[in-house]
Amino acid sequence: MKKKQFMENSIHGIFFMMGFIAVACVLLITVYLIISGIPAIGKIGIFEFLLGREWASTAADAKFGILPFILSSIYGTLGAIAIGVPIGFMCAVYLSKMAPAGVKRAMQLAVSVLAGIPSVVYGLVGMLVLVPAVRTIFGVPDGAGLFASIIVLAIMILPTIIKMSITALDAVPKEYEDASLALGAAPVETYFRVSVPAAKSGIAAGVVLGVGRAIGESMAVMMVAGNGANMPDSLFQSVRFLTTAVAGEMSYASGLQREALFSIALVLFVFIMIINGVLNYFLKREKV
Amino acid sequence: MEQIKKKRKRYRLGMGILMGASLFLTAGLVLFFIGYILGNGLPNITWELLTTGPSYLQERIGILPDILNTVYIVMATLILVIPLGVGAAVYLTEYATNKKIVSVIEFAAEILTGIPSIIYGLVGMLLFSNHFGTCLMAGALTLVIMNLPTVMRTTQESLKTVPRSYREGAFGLGAGKWRVVRTVVLPGCIDGVITGCILSVGRILGESAALLFTAGFAHAINDILYGLSAPGATLTVALYVYAKEQGEFGIAFAIAAILLILTLIICLAAELVQNSFRKRRCI
Amino acid sequence: MKKTVIGLLIFALGFSGLAGCGNAGKATVTTDGSTSMEKTIGCLGEAFEMETGIRVTYNPTGSGTGIQAVLDGRCDIGLSSRELKTDELQEGLEGTVLAYDGIAILVHPDNPVSDLSRETLGAICKGEITDWSQIGGPAGEIVLIGREAGAGTRDGFEAAIDAKGMCKYRQELTSTGDVITTVSRNPGAIGYASIASVKENVKVVTIDGISPTDEHIATGSYKIRRPFILVTKKDASLSENARKFYDYMTSGEAEDIISFAGVVPANSVTE
Repeated sequence: MKKKQFMENSIHGIFFMMGFIAVACVLLITVYLIISGIPAIGKIGIFEFLLGREWASTAADAKFGILPFILSSIYGTLGAIAIGVPIGFMCAVYLSKMAPAGVKRAMQLAVSVLAGIPSVVYGLVGMLVLVPAVRTIFGVPDGAGLFASIIVLAIMILPTIIKMSITALDAVPKEYEDASLALGAAPVETYFRVSVPAAKSGIAAGVVLGVGRAIGESMAVMMVAGNGANMPDSLFQSVRFLTTAVAGEMSYASGLQREALFSIALVLFVFIMIINGVLNYFLKREKV
Repeated sequence: MEQIKKKRKRYRLGMGILMGASLFLTAGLVLFFIGYILGNGLPNITWELLTTGPSYLQERIGILPDILNTVYIVMATLILVIPLGVGAAVYLTEYATNKKIVSVIEFAAEILTGIPSIIYGLVGMLLFSNHFGTCLMAGALTLVIMNLPTVMRTTQESLKTVPRSYREGAFGLGAGKWRVVRTVVLPGCIDGVITGCILSVGRILGESAALLFTAGFAHAINDILYGLSAPGATLTVALYVYAKEQGEFGIAFAIAAILLILTLIICLAAELVQNSFRKRRCI
Repeated sequence: MKKTVIGLLIFALGFSGLAGCGNAGKATVTTDGSTSMEKTIGCLGEAFEMETGIRVTYNPTGSGTGIQAVLDGRCDIGLSSRELKTDELQEGLEGTVLAYDGIAILVHPDNPVSDLSRETLGAICKGEITDWSQIGGPAGEIVLIGREAGAGTRDGFEAAIDAKGMCKYRQELTSTGDVITTVSRNPGAIGYASIASVKENVKVVTIDGISPTDEHIATGSYKIRRPFILVTKKDASLSENARKFYDYMTSGEAEDIISFAGVVPANSVTE
């Protein structure tokens, strides 16, 4: 009897440890990022680092201001959301409410495939199709820049927005819509004035996920953004994001430059935590 | 009254146009993507490409090493992430009694899903590559952490569908908790585990940023044991290197086409499993 | 049905694992560094492996990282496409010149400009000349494409035109192939890359009338060139396999392979 109890307890302990693996990983990641990122911030000075406008990591008089990267990441994400959310949202409403079943299933499969395509493939198509197109359509000397990145990011978050919005819209109780229709509203009016507000939190969750994906994307953007460490003054400027700044220089950086790259990763991490926290807070409040 | 009617009509028209335009745009985008990739990629897929490695002297590029590396890394990741993910899910649904602990763990899993892959690559490099060197195993370990939340979530969902009566029946017959879990609960969640596997494979296939600094980009043909301890490029990483660093777009498109087809297969497989899962549940 | 499927999957995976069999425990030489040297090291490594069965691995991380890797002991031989700096030499490293590589100046195939002087090149890079019409081409902004800050190629280029650290690039790319691709797709672009990697999709301009042929690089009349250097530790001795590879690369029989890779072997260089 005791033996059985002992086994039960040890199994419980094993599962307990497994349960906490996720927590352990998060702690590990946070700790390592902080340990690696803090030294450079200390050496450079936090204001000089976060608000400095010039990044010249290998110049004789090295400068490590990452404001260009922060602004580029913000503009890029905002641009992607501004383009991707309306299109995805409209698509989702149609697919969820008005499309024939065959069309809906076909588009859902297509969207799933789009979601599963590796980001480097997006970058490849962007590099070969979008960048020259931007150059010829807008007459800029070089198509790679902020605008191309925004388009690529918008396309990448489209599947996320569509999928989550469809799920949220599908879950709206039919009674709501029936009631609205019975009161004389046209179908389109019902969908936008009744179903959408009812599905608000699901749609918003999709947007949050989209924001997360846009701000964290590195590979696709690295192939279309130009990667110059410039302040994003114009839409067609060659820019570098927080993610591509790390990825671009990591393989050959050393010394203070390398430590500065870890600090950028730390800043990115903190950024994402803050954004997720703030957005989720507003979401939870809405629910209540 | 007429005013309102007109306004409503305009509203319906406007919204209809927006919806139609969005659908047209999205569908067009998807068709263009798939057509462009397959159109440029399929002609480049030759038997030679798939079965040989690259050779400088013969000026030939083959992707067999990348295919093998991808298979190795998928196997290594799955072998590690499934026990851990299932174990965590079992803990959450069967053993954990304190609601706070459950919410802490679920919150941690949520954070893990939100972390960008480049940060995983960096941390993976610090945690694993500095100790094990740049190798496929370091990449696999990084991917394990990335896919843990996915496996946890899908297993949890299917565990929840095992009816309480099954468990209570087993308890009633005198079985200990572990026995109940082992014989009653776990078999019932196989479908969730399989879905988690499929989703993870899809995610691993598409991952590049996390592997660049942990697994490197070498193109050597190895067997599995040696291969895991040596640096190697997976298909996605190879695509990036061939496209961006060498300008070999024919090869890049071929890899993209292969990945696209694999993604399609995975999506269909996941749907199939979900459907059979749903059928099972309805019993 | 399910069991059969699972069984088949395991069998397929196991079979694919065996596909790479026979390579366990191979002797290796590790090299790390310049991306420009990829083709050269690739050819030499492959020929070496065919002869001796010892495998050579190569990590294309950039000259700066390769040098650091030798210092840290992470690789046997480092590869640098620029001269070693004084502080690197002081840390106990020594470099052996393997070959000389010309840095070709590239423009779009449709660009009518065929020759530039080094001064003009310098002016373009520093941003003093910004339009193609100022140097005999059609009106349009000059798009300067270059390499990342730690690249040996960028170092060699900027040094040869006296514009070290003063170049303003529209794009800073991380590899030779990337520069070539980008220039080939933009009619207003100008960039630089190792001549060994250049393909027919870009046009190579002559510098002061001299084109980057092997002969001109060997005699030094093509001024924009830099050495390919094998970096080793001065006091530590190489492992047996690494020593074999090193001797192989610097021997006469490797010269054909080095030429095949598109660079000029050190022994053929007269200046």
